[in-house]
Amino acid sequence: MSLETIRPSPGFEELLPIEYRDLIKHGQYGREVKVSEMGKFKELVEEHPMCAGCAMTLFIRLVMMALPNPEHTINVGTAGCGRLIIAQANIPFIYGNYGDSNSVASGLKRGLELRFPNQFKDVVVMAGDGGLIDIGFQGLMHSWFRREKFTTIMLDNEVYGNTGGQESGMTLKGKVLKMAPRGKEVDKIDALSLAKVAGCVYIVQIAPTNPSRVMRTIRRAVLIAREVGPTYIQAYTSCNIEYAIPTPDVMQDAFDVEKDRYGFEEFMTDDAKAYITEVEKKHKELAKAKAKK
Amino acid sequence: MSQSTQIKADWVPKGDLQEVKDPEWLFHEAPRETEFITGSEAAREAIRRANVDIAISYPITPQSETMQQAGYLYDEGYIKDYYRGEEEIGVMSAIGGASRAGVRALTATAGPGLMRGMEAISSWPGARTPLVLMNMCRVINTPLAIQPDNIEISFLLNTGILHAHAENQQDFFDYTLAAFMVSEEVDVTLPAVVSVDGFFVTHARGQVSMFSQDYKLPPRDGWRNAVPSMDNENPPARISRDSPIQKSNFISYHMHASWQQEVFAAVERSAKYWRKYLGDLIEVINPDAEIFVVSSGACVSQAREAVRQEGEAGRKVGLIKIKTIRPWPKVEILAALKNAKKILVPEFNQAGWLHKELCSTLYGLITAEIIAGPRVYGGMSMPTEIILEWLAKARK
Repeated sequence: MSLETIRPSPGFEELLPIEYRDLIKHGQYGREVKVSEMGKFKELVEEHPMCAGCAMTLFIRLVMMALPNPEHTINVGTAGCGRLIIAQANIPFIYGNYGDSNSVASGLKRGLELRFPNQFKDVVVMAGDGGLIDIGFQGLMHSWFRREKFTTIMLDNEVYGNTGGQESGMTLKGKVLKMAPRGKEVDKIDALSLAKVAGCVYIVQIAPTNPSRVMRTIRRAVLIAREVGPTYIQAYTSCNIEYAIPTPDVMQDAFDVEKDRYGFEEFMTDDAKAYITEVEKKHKELAKAKAKK
Repeated sequence: MSQSTQIKADWVPKGDLQEVKDPEWLFHEAPRETEFITGSEAAREAIRRANVDIAISYPITPQSETMQQAGYLYDEGYIKDYYRGEEEIGVMSAIGGASRAGVRALTATAGPGLMRGMEAISSWPGARTPLVLMNMCRVINTPLAIQPDNIEISFLLNTGILHAHAENQQDFFDYTLAAFMVSEEVDVTLPAVVSVDGFFVTHARGQVSMFSQDYKLPPRDGWRNAVPSMDNENPPARISRDSPIQKSNFISYHMHASWQQEVFAAVERSAKYWRKYLGDLIEVINPDAEIFVVSSGACVSQAREAVRQEGEAGRKVGLIKIKTIRPWPKVEILAALKNAKKILVPEFNQAGWLHKELCSTLYGLITAEIIAGPRVYGGMSMPTEIILEWLAKARK
């Protein structure tokens, strides 16, 4: 049913650009793609102007692949590096004002629920650490306090990368960056604890070292947000430019940082756990039944 | 949904019991009954009949009462969703998000709240978000004051937002309903602000003639917009890949310029729809006079009284009431003032934004002297006597 909106009507198909036809025929719509398929199918995002070696790019590519219903997903973001690639995905993207993402997403999600009561429309906020924890802090917190049913993904590169390398609330204490000439004076904000206190039902800290785990996490976050409540993923997506990480070492840095201070952590409430366990159980049974056929 | 409604299994939203009617019929033919109510109550009655999907509120004097009333309307089932937002940036962002989902969205604010939400507000037209913001004008701090003063209107003039300025409680009812209809027209698809002077109108009673509350406007059609709703019901497309849309990291200059041109062209196109509901965009009294008073909002009422008293004294003074600030009724104003010799522009603000608008419209086209005042601000009221004094001076 839901795929009908993207499938061309017979007779019109040949009039559409080949890129669109490829997306429908060889894209991820209507099926679950695996990490091993990366580069072998028509992805939602293929081109981007991100810096060479950017870990955020890999992470966002995985997020797009993991979306359970991309044909009914709307991305919301704000200023920052991430939006350069998010805007180029085949998913509607609201590139809002500075730090307004979670407020916009609140109104959008509620509006979509009113207009499409029988169709899940997934709203996913993907924004940087500055966009969410500094300028977007109030909107972020209040969307959680209100238990708004959408996913927030923080692309945490621990710096304002897009504006040229200023410290953010997520920068580690002591780091010398622009606007922190003597080193950052205060600690990195503990956004994970804030998420817990504010009422997020599924909270994850993750680095892009294990692509399958990233995809499973994103899928869980989006599905849980549909039914249970706000979900939050905080992803280490290093800025190799501002932190001067040599391009070939970007993934090694991700492994090192993960081991040192950004290990995988997954928290979920009992409600969220009961829900996702049931969903994943059904999913496995369905996959088994398909395999038997 | 409130607790009181959740516990009633057989609860029927009152909005579901209302009958959708043709808006032109509602405006011009439906039987009306008159009530003596405050401006805030007139706002409530307009919202009740406006078939609003979502209202997002945040308190600020003198607006709070209106959005409280919207809360009660939600509780009764006239509005489908409602919440108190975090503050005005959040509210104005969220209401923009709701409009982009394709539903009818409403909020209200006043002076400092408007200024706080201004980044989001000024981005609504470019996002092509039909919605209505009711604005109860108030002093902008500091020094802190909660008194009426409409300086904030000057900040909205060049945003691409439709803007009507209500004189009284009746206008507030009519303009608000019209604003929903106009903003959602396909060739408009823009947000609309309905401003009213705080306290003078919001907290004072006046006669308001209203059609039955059993009727409501047609719902917003989320499929009818100048740009698609953000609902992912259209074929997916990359929004910013190819030249000329994407230049460097940002939209190209030409694309941005043409987008702005289209927004302001849409403001002009909206005039025909405003006329459909409100008649002419200006009201003219004594069109053959040589001295005119030109005003908008509550100031018109004082000007009206001054014109009446001048008439009693045997002197004919003209009055022009400007109903919509945007679209700006340039042609109508010019036609009405072509034979004027002196023009007074009384205003409830220090900057004299209406005077400036008028000067830029009339410059080089008529020979009349356009007098900058009288003006009151900071919460002062404008006694009719001031206008009469200025008229006397102008005649000398």
